[in-house]
Amino acid sequence: MVLKIFFPQCCNRADSGLLVGRWIAGHDSAVVLAVIHYPFIPGQVKQYIQQMQAQSGVELSVLGSWSLPKDDQEGMESFLRDLSTIFPQERWLQISRQVGKTGFTCDILNRDQTDGREVQQKVKKKEDEKTDGEAGAEGEEEEKVIFVHYEQRKVMLSQLHPIENGVPDPKTDPPSELRQMFQTVARSHPLFFLDKYDDGPLKSTHWQSEGREASIIVELLKQASVPLCLLISWLLSIWTWICNIRIFSLYPLRFLSSKLSTCVQLSYRTEHMRTLSSPKPAAGHTQFMRKANILVSFLVDVALGMLLISWLYRDNHIPMLANTLVPAADHVAKELEELLQWLMGAPAGLKMNRALDQVLGRFFLYHIHLWISYIHLMSPFIEGILWYGGLSACLGLTFALSLLSDMVALLTFHIYCFYVYGARLYCLKIYGLSSLWRLFRGKKWNVLRQRVDSCSYDLDQLFIGTLLFTILLFLLPTTALYYLVFTLLRLGVVLFQGVLHLSVDFINSFPLFAVGLRVCRPYRLAEGVKFRVLCDEPGTALHLLMEINPLKCSTVVQTYRTPTYSCYPKDSWAALVKKLFVGELIYPWRHKTTKTD
Amino acid sequence: MEDEAFTDINGKAIFLDCQSHSSFCREFTVSSPKVSIGKVMVYTCSVWLLAYAVFFFTQNTAVLSSAILITLVGMMLHIHFVKVDHESLLVIGSLGIQVSSSYASGRETTTFIEMSKIKDIVINEAIYMHQIIYYLCVLLKDPSEPNAVSSVVPLFQVRMMHNVLISQMETCFWKASLHLERLYFPGKASNKHIVNHSILFLMNIVSLSFRVQSRG
Repeated sequence: MVLKIFFPQCCNRADSGLLVGRWIAGHDSAVVLAVIHYPFIPGQVKQYIQQMQAQSGVELSVLGSWSLPKDDQEGMESFLRDLSTIFPQERWLQISRQVGKTGFTCDILNRDQTDGREVQQKVKKKEDEKTDGEAGAEGEEEEKVIFVHYEQRKVMLSQLHPIENGVPDPKTDPPSELRQMFQTVARSHPLFFLDKYDDGPLKSTHWQSEGREASIIVELLKQASVPLCLLISWLLSIWTWICNIRIFSLYPLRFLSSKLSTCVQLSYRTEHMRTLSSPKPAAGHTQFMRKANILVSFLVDVALGMLLISWLYRDNHIPMLANTLVPAADHVAKELEELLQWLMGAPAGLKMNRALDQVLGRFFLYHIHLWISYIHLMSPFIEGILWYGGLSACLGLTFALSLLSDMVALLTFHIYCFYVYGARLYCLKIYGLSSLWRLFRGKKWNVLRQRVDSCSYDLDQLFIGTLLFTILLFLLPTTALYYLVFTLLRLGVVLFQGVLHLSVDFINSFPLFAVGLRVCRPYRLAEGVKFRVLCDEPGTALHLLMEINPLKCSTVVQTYRTPTYSCYPKDSWAALVKKLFVGELIYPWRHKTTKTD
Repeated sequence: MEDEAFTDINGKAIFLDCQSHSSFCREFTVSSPKVSIGKVMVYTCSVWLLAYAVFFFTQNTAVLSSAILITLVGMMLHIHFVKVDHESLLVIGSLGIQVSSSYASGRETTTFIEMSKIKDIVINEAIYMHQIIYYLCVLLKDPSEPNAVSSVVPLFQVRMMHNVLISQMETCFWKASLHLERLYFPGKASNKHIVNHSILFLMNIVSLSFRVQSRG
């Protein structure tokens, strides 16, 4: 069996001492975490290790001894071997290194419990040196050693993906060797608090032994965040109280607020603020990333909103916008009127049924007239509305965009009405036609059996049915044309709204913090590891360098996307076309409710 | 180590190198020839001549600058994403297998597969256009079902094909992995006379559409 020893790079030049670490059960490997130097008192070492074990929850133990003999240290060999009697272990590793050489040598001492004597196995230098005599005498096999060098700080901070949370399922396999190794280093951070400036009884070497690292800004932010969280949660409680007032729970308001995207966005952001302002620190890596992503996207949102405000409120942009809005609405109304006049004539050379044409055309013209008067009524207030509406952008660009989408929906309400009228009429006609076509052929739709059955009709039924069928059929082109025109207009509006919603969704859900982390500190998000063979000298064990393989950017975005009420097309293209053909009302964007974890 | 000439699926020569770092650690590197200057010159000249011809008729200078831009961007994309310099397979006994490809611009993509996740290494066959080609792939264990195979990972994911004799292939990979010693040929248990034909190794599955289910 091959024994794998994970050795931190910071301990490559450490003075001689004891190796502290953990044996990974079931995989025949050991993780070295720190080196405790001579001189020490064994009792204090044992006490220290027990204390660290209690604090970190990792099964620490003394793995063996490390010797890097300097000029004045002679006679360490026997001293090192005697240490194994002080710290009784199953296996005792004696790793040594010569100054000037890069390779390590490792002796393994096995304590054979049943016989009560020590069975020593020496690591072989080369395959060819294996002789049968040596193996035959004691009856044991060769033990080979791989040294895997790792950078302790990076492994401690990194998180292996796919993330496994919570209690592992007993039916599945135990976590793999690498995952256990990463977890060991990550949880042993109490071990790394002892640095060389401490006046304690023990001196150890690890990645922080040159002095503990901390950042003043991070500490200040941590201190400042506590009162800030309290303030935000207090504000949120007031806001929720206002929202839950009875008057707002009446049916029409509730229905409206579920349709208006501004209200939806507001409730969504409230949820976010609630997540952010919880007083408990984040429980695991996923929680931490979720909170960080929400915070960063909120800040970016507000920054973009401020940019928009700074552009909007200078140089008289708002009066300019207001002054172009009413003429634009007038222009749209005039175009629509011209369109209807064209339809009422002979559009594209098609001959329409005169009477129906006039009826529908006049009906829609009257609607447009109503709408234009409504716009003219509102025109003095438009500037005020725009001014106050633009202020909503200080809550974030997403609010401004949702407000815009709602305003577009309100302003094009007449197109929506026309579309509904045209669609209903067309739908009625199509159903009538299909039913009468079945009558024409002598069949009937059986509601009980949900299928088409043959049926014998009376003569008068057949006569009236055929008559109606003919009428409907000849009126079909007119209705179909009106339906087509208004459906296209409605689809145009829906497309524009869809673009706005998609961009709001993008700003809401894109994990900016995770992508930034991937770019600036790629070792934090690890997909796996990669090994490199270090050129070693012949006659020593195999040395590998383990580096962290960062996650791909696409995987980062996929894993850390904040779940949103994303708008996505409800139907596939085929279903949409079928609905359009039959005349069913289409609502192509569907709001998904927020997923809960 | 190999004195046979290997060619890939398109007929270009490739080289195989085996390096043994230790008794349980081997590295196999397959390298393809570098970008040839002649081809680069031919492509560039043809694109520019075409652009000049279009310019001659339309008298629009944007055509020339866009042709230059396209050639530059195309070359950069080619050496960064398409042109593979060498691929290597590092087998470390009782740790796992590492597969890495290195592109002409220096970019390296690496994947490490742990020993506990590997079910087996097999030679699988696939139909590529008009021929059947064999490729080496790793079967990974499914975490929820211990006997099922969750995915098939083809090794050497570049358009390459070796003309290698079975015996050489056996020696190479037999010695390399202490724990992954079973290479079996689906349905052709011990037909050594296959050795006489040149077995075509497929190392080609760049596109994901070639996820062939193994018979494992």
